[in-house]
Amino acid sequence: MTSTAQPARPALARRLAAALYRHPRLQLGLLLGPPLGALVIAYLGALLLLLINAFWTYDAFTGRVVTQPTLDNFAQILSTSVFRDVALRTIRTAAAVTIADAVIAFPIAYFMARVASRRTRNLLIVAVVLPLWSGYLVKVYAWRIMLLNGGFLDSALSPFGLHGPGLSDVSAWLVFTDLGARAGSTFRRVILPMTLPAVIAGSIFTFSLTLGDYVTPSLVAGGTQFIGNIVFENIGVVGNTPLAAAYACVPIAVMVVYLIIARRTGAFESL
Amino acid sequence: MERSPTVRLMLRLATAAILLFIYLPIALIVVYAFNTNRVPTWPPAGFTLEWFGRAAQSAEIRNSLALSIQAAVGATLVALVLGTLASFAVHRFAFFGRETVSFLVILPIALPGIVTGIALATAFKTIGVQFGLITIVVAHATFCVVTVYNNAIARLRRTSRSLEEASMDLGADTWQTFRYVTFPSLRTALLAGGLLAFALSFDEIIVTLLVAGPQQTLPIWIFNNYLRPNQAPVVNVVALLAIALSVIPVYLASRISSEAAGVPR
Repeated sequence: MTSTAQPARPALARRLAAALYRHPRLQLGLLLGPPLGALVIAYLGALLLLLINAFWTYDAFTGRVVTQPTLDNFAQILSTSVFRDVALRTIRTAAAVTIADAVIAFPIAYFMARVASRRTRNLLIVAVVLPLWSGYLVKVYAWRIMLLNGGFLDSALSPFGLHGPGLSDVSAWLVFTDLGARAGSTFRRVILPMTLPAVIAGSIFTFSLTLGDYVTPSLVAGGTQFIGNIVFENIGVVGNTPLAAAYACVPIAVMVVYLIIARRTGAFESL
Repeated sequence: MERSPTVRLMLRLATAAILLFIYLPIALIVVYAFNTNRVPTWPPAGFTLEWFGRAAQSAEIRNSLALSIQAAVGATLVALVLGTLASFAVHRFAFFGRETVSFLVILPIALPGIVTGIALATAFKTIGVQFGLITIVVAHATFCVVTVYNNAIARLRRTSRSLEEASMDLGADTWQTFRYVTFPSLRTALLAGGLLAFALSFDEIIVTLLVAGPQQTLPIWIFNNYLRPNQAPVVNVVALLAIALSVIPVYLASRISSEAAGVPR
């Protein structure tokens, strides 16, 4: 069997190669099919299912989901002050973090581009990128142990008669870094327009990361609630998937608007 | 290099301060992992390797490490296949909705993790898939595709097609051309993209927590244990392990990319 089949295989492969060469559309279909199929079915399909869930309701008495489409969840979110406050706080925090990140990143980027030697620049790229990609949870945990009372920051500051900000004042840090944003008008008039698309492109990820985070708040924000916590509690502990789905529409809507604006500024070319 | 010395000094100081801001907390974890004191108080009381021994003996930690590695390898392989295919399609062909493909690939990391997480969790529940390794791999793969795709498409845009045309002119078919010409020029980009995908998957928690069911990956183990006072030193050791296993691939990936781009280190 094998002896007769073997010479046939390369011929078949060659014929297939020739067919693909003559029919570029077939080639495109084969290339695009698997990734597009996977992302559209697994990702967009899941998102669509989530949106459908948002219109269903959860019966707390029976503990079941009622598949009768209503706007009850959205009405509940809009009319409950906790939901509104938490959504606004989350968006504010995400904006503050994004601005703080841009302010922190700018001097180092400027230094790398204009002052540093080529060797230093390459070292700095690695030094900056390394923690960005890795150890997200670990970094949050690291901040936690640094900020803990009696921890490193307290003893490092004590010779100066100061103490660390503790765990609940993370927003104070954000405001503090935020002030730096008002500093230079040259920065705003001259340098910023040149780098703005790149900054916006980068900000998509910082903004989005903060918008949906529930792990960082639970580790360092001392019980302050964010959108992520409420969604996570509702889907996990409470089991109210429809309400969680409806509330998740808030970050989705915010990100869609953000992405549309980002696209207009030409940020997508910098991605 | 035309800036005034004062500006340059200030930029240098700012850069140093930012790097300190980024690395100080991570450095503290490393120090506390070797600290004899159970509580993370400064200054450290003494040097010990006891917590490393405890971590190595814990079956729970070993199992979560194994699960994290399996999930990351699985997600990386899926991302390599899908990301490469998509990058070829977008680079080689002009078709309706080409811009949308890049957008679709970016979407899973551009949308907040909680959205991706509950969307996939709801979908898995609806079709009745048991939560575990498979669901983690599928979830991670959706947001890992982008690293491979970006690296591959950047390389494809840089490499000239004339070599491939020459190969075809000399009688090589599509497969031979891919195997001997296209793939070798793409290899380092795929390696870099794959390493980034591995790192991205290895330390992910926001999505993982929602699709892992009762299973614990290494980050989930940290999340479940960081509040237990008697586990504190062991958590530091596991955190150190998690840093090492995600930092090393990223470091390698950045070296590979800069070498391939012809940038001298």
